[in-house]
Amino acid sequence: MATQVLLPALSPTMTEGKIAKWLKKEGDTVASGDVLLEIETDKATMEVEAVDEGILGKILVPDGTDGVAVNTPIAVIVEEGESVSDADSAPAPAPAAAAPEPVAETPAAPSPATAVAPAAATVAAEPDYTGAMKTMTVREALNAALAEEMRRDENVYLMGEEVAQYQGAYKISQGLLDEFGEKRVIDTPITEQGFAGMAVGSAFLELKPVVEFMTFNFAMQAIDQIINSAAKTLYMSGGQMGCPIVFRGPNGAAARVGAQHSQCYASWYAHCPGLKVVSPWSAADAKGLLKSAIRDPNPVIFLENEILYGQSFEVPDDEEWTLPIGKAKIERPGKDVTLVAFSIAVGICMEAAEKLAAEGIDAEVINLRTVRPIDVETLVASVKKTNRIVTVEEGWPTCGIGAEINQLIMEHAFDDLDAPPTRVSGADVPMPYAANLEALALPKAHNVVEAAKAVCYA
Amino acid sequence: MARSPKTAAKAKTPAKSSTAKSSKKGASPDDLRHYYREMLLIRRFEEKAGQLYGMGLIGGFCHLYIGQEAVVVGMQAAAQPQDTVITSYRDHGHMLACGMDPKGVMAELTGRRGGYSRGKGGSMHMFSREKNFFGGHGIVGAQVPLGTGLAFAHKYKGDGGVCMAYFGDGAINQGQVYESFNMAAIWNLPVIYVIENNKYGMGTSIERTSKTADLHTRGLAHGIEGVAVDGMDVIAVHAAAEKALKQCREGKGPVILEMKTYRYRGHSMSDPAKYRTKEEVQKVRREHDPIDTLAHKLLEAKIVSEDDLKAIDKEVKALANEAAEFAQQSPEPDPSELWTDVLVDA
Repeated sequence: MATQVLLPALSPTMTEGKIAKWLKKEGDTVASGDVLLEIETDKATMEVEAVDEGILGKILVPDGTDGVAVNTPIAVIVEEGESVSDADSAPAPAPAAAAPEPVAETPAAPSPATAVAPAAATVAAEPDYTGAMKTMTVREALNAALAEEMRRDENVYLMGEEVAQYQGAYKISQGLLDEFGEKRVIDTPITEQGFAGMAVGSAFLELKPVVEFMTFNFAMQAIDQIINSAAKTLYMSGGQMGCPIVFRGPNGAAARVGAQHSQCYASWYAHCPGLKVVSPWSAADAKGLLKSAIRDPNPVIFLENEILYGQSFEVPDDEEWTLPIGKAKIERPGKDVTLVAFSIAVGICMEAAEKLAAEGIDAEVINLRTVRPIDVETLVASVKKTNRIVTVEEGWPTCGIGAEINQLIMEHAFDDLDAPPTRVSGADVPMPYAANLEALALPKAHNVVEAAKAVCYA
Repeated sequence: MARSPKTAAKAKTPAKSSTAKSSKKGASPDDLRHYYREMLLIRRFEEKAGQLYGMGLIGGFCHLYIGQEAVVVGMQAAAQPQDTVITSYRDHGHMLACGMDPKGVMAELTGRRGGYSRGKGGSMHMFSREKNFFGGHGIVGAQVPLGTGLAFAHKYKGDGGVCMAYFGDGAINQGQVYESFNMAAIWNLPVIYVIENNKYGMGTSIERTSKTADLHTRGLAHGIEGVAVDGMDVIAVHAAAEKALKQCREGKGPVILEMKTYRYRGHSMSDPAKYRTKEEVQKVRREHDPIDTLAHKLLEAKIVSEDDLKAIDKEVKALANEAAEFAQQSPEPDPSELWTDVLVDA
C-alpha cells in the first residue's frame, strides 16, 4: 500500500520548513533508515530518514520549496510492483489525522490568565492544650522532637555533617547517636548536593530522612535536588511517588559571620510548589512543627535560627502534642495594627508591640509559623480588625515574604485597609561584617515601631 | 573517533580494573531469544516515537535510545524484582526493559491521560513505582545521588535489592557523581553505576571533555572497582551485570560498569549531528549493531531461523503500533489535573 511521507517536525518549535534537497530520486528503492532528503528547520539543516521500506514513487514537494507546513505530504512511498500512479490516491497515514490541536487552542484547557487554583484545604486549628508545660530552649525542643519521632517510626533517620559523633554542630542532635545508633544517625562527608540527593532517593523508597544542613547557606549547593528532585517528583510521576523528607537547619543571620553565612532563604523555598516551608519562633513552635514536618508525607523545608537556639519558652509536656503546618498564631492580640513576622522577627515584633503599647498603640502580633502555605485566613481576619499591616523579616525586601503577604492582603482585604501595607526587612545588601554595619542591616524593634506609627498616622 | 566500541572495550585498563568478556556458558537459547526480542522492541518503539515526533504528536525534547539497546536489556535481564532502576532523560528503553507497558510509555510521550504520569511528566520524567522504575530525570547527573539513595534505602531496609543507576558520559564530569561514588564506597551501598558511554555528551565528544576515554577508572580514587564492557554485545553486558549484582548482594558494592556503546540518532530530535561523520555512524551500524550481531549469532547457532526472526519483528512492530495507536486515542488530561499531585494530602 502506498504511504505518504509528511514533512516532520524536527524541533520543539518548528512549524514549517524548507525542502533543501532530495537525496533520493523518484523510482529509487529506499530502506528504513535511508536518508530521503534534507530540510531546513528553524534551527538547522536536518536529514529526514525513511521510516518504511519501498520505492520512492513520487516527490510531491520539490527542492527549494520554502514555507512548507509540518505534516504536509511531501512524497509517496510505494511497494514493489505497485504502480506509481497509485501514489496520487495514497492515503495519509492514519496518525496524522489524529494530530491534536496545538495546546493553546485546546478549548477545554483554561488559559493561564484565568486558571485559578482550587481553594486551599482548610488547616485544622491548633489543638487546645491544657496539660502540663515545661520550660525548654529551642535547641532542647528540636532535640526532643527528633528523638520522639525517631522512637515512633523506625523509617525516620537523621543525616548531615557532624550530626552523629560530634553531637551536632549546634548540638541539636545531642545524644541521638547513643540512642539510635549509626544506622539512623549518620555523619556525612561535606557534600551537600550528594547527600541531599541521596536522602531524596531514599525517600522515594519510603524512608523518612531528616537532612540537617549545618546552615541553609550551604543548602544552595543542594538546591537542585531540593527543587527538581524532591519538590517536583510527585507531580511529574502523576502522584505515584511522594518524597517524605525534612530539610532543616539554621537560616538567616547569625552574628558577625558575614555575607556568605547570613542569608534568609524563606522566599526562595516559599516560591516553589511541591514544598512546605516552616519557620518556627518559640520552642513550642519548634517542637510541635518539627514533629508535624517529620510526619508530613511531603518535602518540608524547616528554617531554624541560630540566635534562637538558646532562648527558653514554655512547651506542652506531651509527646503526642503537635502543631498544624499552615496555621499562624496570634501571639499578642491587638486592635490598632497587625504586625506579621516569622522566626526571630516575631520576637522583634513582640518587643515593638510593648513599646507601641506605651505610646497608646495596641498592636496585634501574628507569628506566621509556616511561610508556605501562608495562613491567609488568619492574616485577613486580623487586617479586617486593625485595618493596617506591617510585615517584618530579616531577609531582603525584593520578592520577599513581606511582598507576598502584602499582595495577598490587597487581593483579599483591600477595602479594609486604612493605610498602605508596609514592610520592614533586612537591608538590601550582602550582610556586612563590621558590628555597626551588621546592626544597621537587620531590622530592630524601633524600625517596626516607626513603621507601625506611620501606618497609624501617629 | 576511529575506535569502534568493541576495540574500545579491549583497551588496556588500569591494574585494578578488569574487562568483562562474553560468557561462554550462561545464556540459554531462550534467554538469547528474549534479549533479541527486548532489544528489537525498544528499537521499533523508538522508531515509532521518532515518527510520532515528526508528526508533531510528541512535543518538547525526545531522546531516542536507538543503538544502545544491548545495555539496558543485558542489565535488566540479570535483575531481580526487588532491584531498582533510575536513569537520565534517555529513558524509554529502560522503561520497556523494566517491563513497563509500551502503551503507557508512548501515551506519556504524547502527553495523554493514559501515560504513566497521566501526561504530566513527558518523555524525560516518567516513573513506575510498581515496576521499581524511579525515573526519568531531566537534570544531567542528578539521578546519580538519587540512585545512591535508593541503594541506601535497600541497605537500610535489608530488602536485598540493588539499585542500577544509569548515566551517560555527559554526566561523568558532574561533581555530584563523585559525591555519590564517595558515599556509596564508604557505606558499601548496593549500587551499580552503569555509565552508558555513547561517546558524545550532546554534541561534544568524550575526547574533548575527558583526559581519558576510559570512564570505568573514574571510581578508583574512591576505591570502586570499574569494569569496561562491550555495550554493543548484550551477552557481555548480561555477564557483567550478573557479576556486579552478585557482588552488590554480597555487600561488596558499589560497582562501576562502563558500557562502551553508541547512539545512532542525534542527542534529541532537533540535533542535526554535525559533530560526527555519517561514515562513523554507518560503520557502527554495519559492524556493531547490537541487534544484528545477536541475530547473526542466533542464526549461526541455529537457535532461530530467518522466519523466527521475522515473526519476532512482526510481533514487536505490532506492539509499537498498538502503543502509537493508544497514545493518540487516549485523551488529553482533564484540565483539573493541572492542580493535582502538587502535594500529598497530609
